[in-house]
Amino acid sequence: MNISVLVKRVPDTESRIRIRQDAPGIIEDGLNFVISPYDEYAMEEALRIREARGGLVRAVSIGREDASTVLKKCLAMGADEAVLVRDDLPETYDGLRTARIVARAVEKKFPDADLLLFGRQSVGADNAQVPGMTAELLGWPHVGVVTKIEWGDGEATAFREIEGALEKVRFSLPAVLSAQKGLNEPRYETLKGIMAAKKKPIPVITLEELELTAEDLAPSITAVELSAPSVRKAGTILEGDPVEAARRLVEILHGEAKVF
Amino acid sequence: MICVFIEIRDGKIKKSSLETLAEARRRADELGWPAAAVLAGSGVEKFAPELFPHGASKVYVIDDPSLEHYAPQACAAALAEMTAMASPKAIFFAASALGRDLAPRLAARLGVGLASDCTGLSVRDGKLLYTRPVYAGKALLTLEANGSPAMATLRPNVFPLLSEPAAAQGEIASVPVQIDPASVKARVIEKVSEDGAEIDVSEADIIVAGGRGLKGPENFTLLKELAALLPKAAVGASRSAVDSGWIGHQHQVGQTGKTVSPNLYMAFGVSGAIQHLAGMSSSKYIVAVNKDPEAPIFRVADYGIVGDLFEVIPALKAALIKLFSDS
Repeated sequence: MNISVLVKRVPDTESRIRIRQDAPGIIEDGLNFVISPYDEYAMEEALRIREARGGLVRAVSIGREDASTVLKKCLAMGADEAVLVRDDLPETYDGLRTARIVARAVEKKFPDADLLLFGRQSVGADNAQVPGMTAELLGWPHVGVVTKIEWGDGEATAFREIEGALEKVRFSLPAVLSAQKGLNEPRYETLKGIMAAKKKPIPVITLEELELTAEDLAPSITAVELSAPSVRKAGTILEGDPVEAARRLVEILHGEAKVF
Repeated sequence: MICVFIEIRDGKIKKSSLETLAEARRRADELGWPAAAVLAGSGVEKFAPELFPHGASKVYVIDDPSLEHYAPQACAAALAEMTAMASPKAIFFAASALGRDLAPRLAARLGVGLASDCTGLSVRDGKLLYTRPVYAGKALLTLEANGSPAMATLRPNVFPLLSEPAAAQGEIASVPVQIDPASVKARVIEKVSEDGAEIDVSEADIIVAGGRGLKGPENFTLLKELAALLPKAAVGASRSAVDSGWIGHQHQVGQTGKTVSPNLYMAFGVSGAIQHLAGMSSSKYIVAVNKDPEAPIFRVADYGIVGDLFEVIPALKAALIKLFSDS
């Protein structure tokens, strides 16, 4: 099975976000960037599927040249190849535009793909929409927020998380899946893998090569403003022994806050 | 017109759909537009009368046997036909598991953008603006749609229901659809409950969450017992508790878990890493119980108890039992 894993470079989850004053975006200077954590589950699953069933694992990122750092990580984890689709726009928060690029890259460059694996969402834009949109553009099924996959003969089943339960979804290939935490435990890169990844070239595909029109690339949504959320203030510390503090807390939550 | 997709789950209209409908009605009133609801499924027309008091002046019903079990491709195709017929200016979904699955498919089908998981809507110069948390709530992004219809999913538990019931009745319109069964390549075949009929953190009014301070998996029982005493409460967890294998990841709150907005968030033995704070700081009230008075969680808590959670939780349970037996 040939699998393409879509990966994105995002600010480390431990980062503090500073907001630009001149445009709706973040200040990237001084930020540490990593592969989006959910994409690691997607990458790991692709490697496990290859180990069990054969085929090729290709890591793909849409972005600027600096996205090649996350592609190197995928190579070090064990991807057979990595490709950068060069898009020089800064973060646009525009899922449809990205999905159009991915769908066209699949049609034009990776027609051999049986499976596209994504993380359930990037941890920056938090959109959770590119996998489903890509599937729709390709006419493929999509199962999102997947925690388990069972491969049968001629059919496959994925378990996806919904509120308080799981849904068992039967789907046919080619398909798009998006990975949720719990699907697997991503492996670490080995030193050998890291050394080999350094030497591997990362081919670049341009948007021109994908023959995307201005209309395809027009933003579907415009960022008007990026602002800091209001800062919460520290409140009251309830003094006294645990019994007294607990009694007072219940009194406040019931009588004043009225939350129960 | 703003159209709201109404989700039926386990034979009931989901509350998050009604919250979305209420918000659609408020914004539609501001813009001088109607607000409508859409039901799609098999035998779903019976739910229509429930939607008028919640803000719909019209209910579109798509009734097709092929929609009996959720099949996203069929459902998106049906909604696209409805859109072509009714030409809404905006389509909203609750940002539930189903809404987050279906809305992107429909948006791509219609060739329009989607504002995911919005926590605020506003009208400026006659246009709808959508505000949503990004970087797990470390920043707020305001968006404007470029195409028509505009599409958005709205986060559960954020938008209030209408304070007064709207009209008791309204128009019901049946939408005929043609769905090609061959186009449906994925279908839900079964729902599997994980551990009983638990409330999910994304839908709970109250979350009692535990972190490293709980010391081990067995002590999550304490939180489950506390949650059982409270109305519509769920158990949450920090990433470190989940990564230690003490509780399933579906309970995780924070940047690589769920971002939540309950009325009350009670954090026991949670230190308050930046990823965790990002995921829960839009809660209405935050309570923190921690032995360490310097724990970052206290910087966002409305009420704090510096103390041993193994003493505080039993005391809380006793106080709650007394409160509920007295009232």
